[in-house]
Amino acid sequence: MAEAIVNETKEQETSTQREATRQKMSIILYSGTVDKLTAASILATGGAAMDMQVNIFLTFWGLLAFRKGAWKELERQKISAEFAEYAPMMMEAMQQGKVKPWMEVLREAKEIGDVNVYACGMTMDLFGLKLEDLEDVVTAVQGVTGFVAEAKDSAITLFI
Amino acid sequence: MADYVVHREIDARGSACPGPLMELIRALKAAEKGQVVAVLSTDQGSKVDIPEWVEKAGHKLLATEEDGEATRFVVEKAR
Repeated sequence: MAEAIVNETKEQETSTQREATRQKMSIILYSGTVDKLTAASILATGGAAMDMQVNIFLTFWGLLAFRKGAWKELERQKISAEFAEYAPMMMEAMQQGKVKPWMEVLREAKEIGDVNVYACGMTMDLFGLKLEDLEDVVTAVQGVTGFVAEAKDSAITLFI
Repeated sequence: MADYVVHREIDARGSACPGPLMELIRALKAAEKGQVVAVLSTDQGSKVDIPEWVEKAGHKLLATEEDGEATRFVVEKAR
């Protein structure tokens, strides 16, 4: 009995240590086009699967894409202008279900790992948005300094 | 001959990256230690991603079998 309790405490310690030493991946998600949102979600999944803490900072068009229900409106999804020639190919793959909707990919990443999605406070003010206007994967509003403080020791930092 | 019993077989053929890996992660979460899960994938990235993840997560890759267009990964939940 006593031994079991000791083992349990040890396990808790290792889990706390793992948490403290977990490497970070920081993603600044600025773009609101479906190709980049998809790429960001898949990268977040990779980070979560590899036991990294993934912090995503949504700003400008990236944040607007997280307004409630926006991701479901397939006809309103746009491909980045510089890759417009590939738009029909990407849309076809999405409609055939070859590519999962990016929001679902991100939700799965949250399910399997430590993924935090933050909304940029400045963009929220700019567009008059409140946290309840956004999809529930977004956990909090954050300022740029808060995000930088969290991101400064990241192993991987991406601006998408 | 294989000396293990596959507890659950997942057909993730046609699912794009990271679909097959996600399905494997979910199945292993639901499984008990010692149970074996197999996943069938046609995603090219899986060949690198799945063994890499299995090692990182501390599980055991028992077999990798080519099955036509697909690859079948047999994984034991080791912790």
